[in-house]
Amino acid sequence: MDKTINQKAWFLVLPVFLVVAFSAVLPLMTVVNYSMQDTFGNNQFFWNGVGWFKELLDPSTDLGGRFLASLGRNLFFSAVILAIEVPLGIVVALSMPREGWSVAACLVILALPLLIPWNVVGTIWQIFGRPDIGLLGYTLNYLGFNYNYVSNDIDAWVTVIVMDVWHWTSLVALLCYAGLKSIPDAYYQAAQIDGASRWAVFKAIQLPKMNRVLLIAVLLRFMDSFMIYTEPFVVTGGGPGNSTTFVSIELVKIALGQFDLGKAAALSLVYNLIILIVCWVFYTVMTNAGTERKAVTQGESAAEPKPAAAPKPAGVLKPKEGVA
Amino acid sequence: MARIDLVDLAQSYNGNDAPLESFALKPVTMTWRQGGAYALLGPSGCGKTTLLNLISGIVTPSRGQILFDGRDITPLSTQKRNIAQVFQFPVIYDTMTVGENLAFPLKNRGIAKAEVDARVKQIAGLLDLTPYLNRKATRLTADAKQKISLGRGLVRSDVAAVLFDEPLTVIDPELKWQLRSKLKALHRELDLTMIYVTHDQTEALTFADTVVVMHDGRVVQSGTPAELFDKPAHTFVGYFIGSPGMNIVPAEVSGHEARIDGHVIGLHRNYGVLPSGKKIEIGVRPEFVDVAPPASGLLSATIERIDDLGRVQFARVRVGNTKLAARVPPGFSVSGDTAGLVFNPAYVHVYADSHLVEGVA
Repeated sequence: MDKTINQKAWFLVLPVFLVVAFSAVLPLMTVVNYSMQDTFGNNQFFWNGVGWFKELLDPSTDLGGRFLASLGRNLFFSAVILAIEVPLGIVVALSMPREGWSVAACLVILALPLLIPWNVVGTIWQIFGRPDIGLLGYTLNYLGFNYNYVSNDIDAWVTVIVMDVWHWTSLVALLCYAGLKSIPDAYYQAAQIDGASRWAVFKAIQLPKMNRVLLIAVLLRFMDSFMIYTEPFVVTGGGPGNSTTFVSIELVKIALGQFDLGKAAALSLVYNLIILIVCWVFYTVMTNAGTERKAVTQGESAAEPKPAAAPKPAGVLKPKEGVA
Repeated sequence: MARIDLVDLAQSYNGNDAPLESFALKPVTMTWRQGGAYALLGPSGCGKTTLLNLISGIVTPSRGQILFDGRDITPLSTQKRNIAQVFQFPVIYDTMTVGENLAFPLKNRGIAKAEVDARVKQIAGLLDLTPYLNRKATRLTADAKQKISLGRGLVRSDVAAVLFDEPLTVIDPELKWQLRSKLKALHRELDLTMIYVTHDQTEALTFADTVVVMHDGRVVQSGTPAELFDKPAHTFVGYFIGSPGMNIVPAEVSGHEARIDGHVIGLHRNYGVLPSGKKIEIGVRPEFVDVAPPASGLLSATIERIDDLGRVQFARVRVGNTKLAARVPPGFSVSGDTAGLVFNPAYVHVYADSHLVEGVA
């Protein structure tokens, strides 16, 4: 095959290249540049090499201590909300109606929390939980629980977690519901005939058919919760003390609060790297699951044609190859 | 193992108060004997799958009863009915191996492991699945998957009947034959009642010893393949079974004679005087009408084309506005556009409003 060679086509890529350069590459390189230097304002910079990175990974320093602590809190937060939202989302999806007008009603109600801007979600819960005027906080205190998210670590954590569950379980539920809807009726009928209990139907049919959407749900929820900033910032501001200070909140404190550009740059690079690695792992796992499925269907279609028919096309193709 | 009786069974998807004409299955009363191989044959939407789902309990009937060996099981759920059903598309449990798939119905019923293993082994042997027992079921071909679905039905020793809902739709033609022979062999070996839904007459006629033909929510005839072929009880059966289908021609019938366009055809039986106001037709299969050189005593027809099916030739002819198919006898060469038609009186049937009229011999 002859291909027309025309290098002018590269000019078509140029606009995109320029846009990406200005929007992504240059800012990123600026951050890399900052992460290697120290500054005391007045645009005076001093070379620091990998000093900030060393400090960042060393828990005995102030920077490292704060970073690793917030990272730990962040991972714990992600683990907790995944452990709650995934099973809860599955249960909600399983209990949703399959047909009729109530389907639309359920979908709209479920979608509502997803449509609210994040800082509004934070504000809603911030007011909702206030012991003096908030419905939740006032009621809890009235009932004798000494609930105050401003002064008590555990109360602050509970508030932030409940808020995230309220905000995002819908997403998991909607994804699972889509997965459930794609299961043909014949599976349920066959299970009925096989005498399967409700639990056996879930284990043998629903869960395996949902595993791909669940993987997506886990990925999305992990990434989002790992990068969480707005809602806890609005509700607790990272407090009391540092108890709900997640990595992104710590980052903003260092970059904009203390104006330590070097430290903040190093932190954001490491933060970014962690997210990239997690993304890559998930992506690999998902595409592997995909190719496995593909291999199965290919195996099926390869086995389908009659053996007698297979050699024929090869013979037809041969003269063409000779010409080429 | 059971005899299955349907008593006035009917199903409407629009509620019980809907007019009877709109019922997906109009009231039917019939018996399926223990150990029979039945085929439910009919075009798409004729109610055959509905009937099957009623028997298996996936659908609860609007009216009527279903009896297994005289016991009313209408209110029982599918799980409690001892029915196995194989669906159009193979249903397998993705996460399980072939062996676990086969064991699933037994495990769900709390049967001891030793017995489960023995049954699975036996059924896998019957279905040639033994080499795959430890493999994941997802990675198999469509016909192997369908065999697993079938195996899950057969593995239970207590099934009253095995129902098949067009199980060979997704299978390659060549494997279809193999799987169908397998089914026949299993039927002989296990002495099970089998009900096989299909819209393919070849499948129905080769599988079953009794074929039940359905049309528009009604059972129009049930009988052996030979009965359906020789004496269709309804014009639909005549038309649907056989290729080409039966010729249906409007005619006037009295006594031993049928009159088409003023031409008289002799009949084997005496029909006396038929009630007026009904649509009277005669039906005769193309195999029993021969084309012949035009002659004064024969019904003359215009030849439109000849279909050569290899073993036989059929002439497509027209009498007035009615199209017919007729056999071209061996050695007969068609010349010109017109021909005479020779009817075999023994196979000419009379229909009033589409239903067979029994004459007096």
